Amino acid sequence: MNETTHRRGIGRREVLAALGIGAGGLVAWNLLGRPDRDAGPSAPAGAGTSRDGLDQVIVGLSQEPTVFNPLMVHGEVDDGVLFSMFDALVRMDPDGILQPNLAVEVPSLENGGISADGLNWRVRLRDDVRWHDGKPFTAEDVKFTLELIVDPAFRAWRTAGHTLVRDIKVVSPTELTWRMEEPFAPYLSFLTETFIVPKHLLEGAADRNAGPFNQSPVGTGAFKWGNRVPGDHLQLVANREYFGEGPYIDRLIFKYIPDVTVLYTQFKSGSVDLVGQVYISPDNYDEAKKLPGKVVEPVLGSSVESFYLNLGRPQFQELAVRQALYYALDREAIINAIYHGVHALTETFMPQQSYFYNPDLPKQTFDLAEARRILDAAGWRPGDDGIRVKNGVRLAFENSTTSGDHLREMVQQYLQQTFREIGAEMTIANLPPAVMWGDFWNQSKFDSVIVGSTYVIGADPDVTNRLHGKSINAQGGSGSNNAQYSNAEVNALLDKGARTFDPEERKAIYFRVQEIVRQDLPLLPMFQYRNVFGRSAAIKGFEANSNTRTESWHAAAWYLADGRHRPDAEDGPQVSPKKEG
Amino acid sequence: MLRFLLNRATQIVALLVIVSLIGFFVLNLIPGGPLAQYALDPGMTQADIERLKEQLGLNRPLWVQYLDWAWRLVRGDWGTSFRDGAAVLDVIGGHLMATLLLMGSSTVIAIAVGTWVGIRGATHRYSTFDNVATIGAMVALSIPTFWFGLVGIYIFSLKLGWLPAGNMYTVGDQSLLDYLHHLIMPSIVLALVHIAVWSRYMRTATLDVINQDFVKTARAKGLSERRILMKHVVGNALLPMITLAGMQLPAILTGALVTETVFTWPGMGRLFLDSISYGDYPVVMGLLMFSAVLVIFANLLADIAIAIVDPRIRLS
Repeated sequence: MNETTHRRGIGRREVLAALGIGAGGLVAWNLLGRPDRDAGPSAPAGAGTSRDGLDQVIVGLSQEPTVFNPLMVHGEVDDGVLFSMFDALVRMDPDGILQPNLAVEVPSLENGGISADGLNWRVRLRDDVRWHDGKPFTAEDVKFTLELIVDPAFRAWRTAGHTLVRDIKVVSPTELTWRMEEPFAPYLSFLTETFIVPKHLLEGAADRNAGPFNQSPVGTGAFKWGNRVPGDHLQLVANREYFGEGPYIDRLIFKYIPDVTVLYTQFKSGSVDLVGQVYISPDNYDEAKKLPGKVVEPVLGSSVESFYLNLGRPQFQELAVRQALYYALDREAIINAIYHGVHALTETFMPQQSYFYNPDLPKQTFDLAEARRILDAAGWRPGDDGIRVKNGVRLAFENSTTSGDHLREMVQQYLQQTFREIGAEMTIANLPPAVMWGDFWNQSKFDSVIVGSTYVIGADPDVTNRLHGKSINAQGGSGSNNAQYSNAEVNALLDKGARTFDPEERKAIYFRVQEIVRQDLPLLPMFQYRNVFGRSAAIKGFEANSNTRTESWHAAAWYLADGRHRPDAEDGPQVSPKKEG
Repeated sequence: MLRFLLNRATQIVALLVIVSLIGFFVLNLIPGGPLAQYALDPGMTQADIERLKEQLGLNRPLWVQYLDWAWRLVRGDWGTSFRDGAAVLDVIGGHLMATLLLMGSSTVIAIAVGTWVGIRGATHRYSTFDNVATIGAMVALSIPTFWFGLVGIYIFSLKLGWLPAGNMYTVGDQSLLDYLHHLIMPSIVLALVHIAVWSRYMRTATLDVINQDFVKTARAKGLSERRILMKHVVGNALLPMITLAGMQLPAILTGALVTETVFTWPGMGRLFLDSISYGDYPVVMGLLMFSAVLVIFANLLADIAIAIVDPRIRLS
């Protein structure tokens, strides 16, 4: 995820190099004593009454949203549009708790939505929901959606969980049931990103992969399709008939600005009200937080940066080596000196905003003496060149990551030095993204990599795909356990966790998984990413939700400080504003 | 003439086949492809990716994919974009106007200013004006356009606040004035390089003509310097410029990669960059064929134009 965002046309690096040439000129310009101005007369006056008098928010994105059928394969950047236009049965709130959306209640063991064996599901739906074209939303739409995802001809996005669903029955327009082939607890979380599409518009389509729906979709969400200028922007308009909270703005605009530097510049000049993916670069954070009239704050993402080891390599098979390398990892220096203090220390793969995050794991310290002691005790003796050797195995390895990511390259050079001090030799061998994250990664052909990964899926704690012994491609399994990590207790816990529906029971399971993984160190956690969010101070009602992939997960609640449709202060923001006209 | 056209037609078809072959195979040599971006999506399994590969026909041998694509193209089907599912021609059409606007206006500026600077440089050779123009052209040619773009944004948008920092218009305004306001900086930045090129060519072409016998004759006839310049010198000096303009013409429609990125201009150049980085093969191939046809067509046009303007040249 971080990989895909790190490879844009002109990078910051090139831009900086170019500015270096011109720095003399820029400095000279400053000496002329021109006052800094944040917004020129050409820029709209903050967020955002537009020139035609409507309340609007312009979200700047560095990638272009292009997929508007929410069931088709799409990327993170499309989520802002999809969350604004569509609804799912349930949604994940910022605390990682499931909330009803199109369903009237979150199916659970207590309310009978899920049977005790986890096999029979029943979902009750709202009766006050209409599609943007005025047709009523019913259980038929849900059935159609779940069936379309597993249609072999349909270019669906994630199919995990959906493939287990059998015998979908529409009991009434507001109720449906289905049977699961096997109990699968994460399915509830997967449903938070499964947006429901209208049967009446898609059923008759000759080709469900193409067609008018994909270019001007119809949902049930707080915003309706406006128009799209490819390569430039996309405009959504308020759905004043929305059944839920909001919307309080008239227009939501997603603007595509491919260059991250230019995106930041437009935020400063006021042409963009809210910086979305890929957010503000950490090295602009110090400047950005001082900008008047802007709210700039680092928000936890779900991705965890780690020094990721291939346990298939003889150097890394011994726990002592992994422990020693972890002691030699000066994480605070890396975060503060290279990442401007933006990111958050962590000891686990589980995001800290998750309900399942274990805060009690032992804290790593940077201690080279301890690292050396551990290696000495384990019998790794320095050779003539100072590099340790044991049983003919040299403590030497390659480290790879996406080439051109200059911050990571600095991290690598720094680690190369500290590892050298404990007698380990690290060689940097970076690759272009498409090569790096292809077979080299999937088939565990690396020694070690630096990677930012999201381990959980849609805020569910299940990490079978990443840490279960059956998910190792290089050993004939299927998944993304490219460290080739296998621990019998973890495997058993993960199997149990996927079949357990009670949140408290699951919490205990995943706490234990985090404990064991922290002990075994198949990956050395460096930090959890924080994204530097920036928005105009005029935008109120904004809340970040690190359990989703987008800043625009709930634009329905946004309003402008002096807007026309502010939620009534006395009744609180839960009450819909007065309807127009 | 007919033989000339037939000859050209054969060349064109051969050229298009070669361009498409090279384009297609080079494109597929680039590691990654349209599904690479999902490699790190935690919820997408390897099986999901294999399934999509099959649905998109990407698991077929390369030559089958090429023949399939070429056969569809011959029948007028340019395919659909992997990225947004729209027809390739619609995708191209959606970006064409933006590029036409930017490149058109910058070309007009470049030709007008470049011609003037070139002629004046030639008639006032080694004057201060000529020297400044020469140095200016060298500077404009050696500094990358994105630097001019960023410095322009810094000065005129961030410091002075006179001009917008990019985009083609303000969403919600889109009046003619708004378009023009947004057009000023990118078109001038883009024109800088073209002015430099155009003025250098124009200067040389004028110098070639200015010492010819027919100019002396005109002067001997007692014509005014102004009339000599306008009627005899410029007219003849512009002949080689037609070829240059012919070479420039495709660029007007294929766009400027860098300038469009810096100024967030939704044109063809950026479409090309985005399509490549996404691995949107149908659109990249569509753009490739589109620009190949344009180049061929523009050259043909230039040849014909020269033949019409200059009676000494015969097409055969």
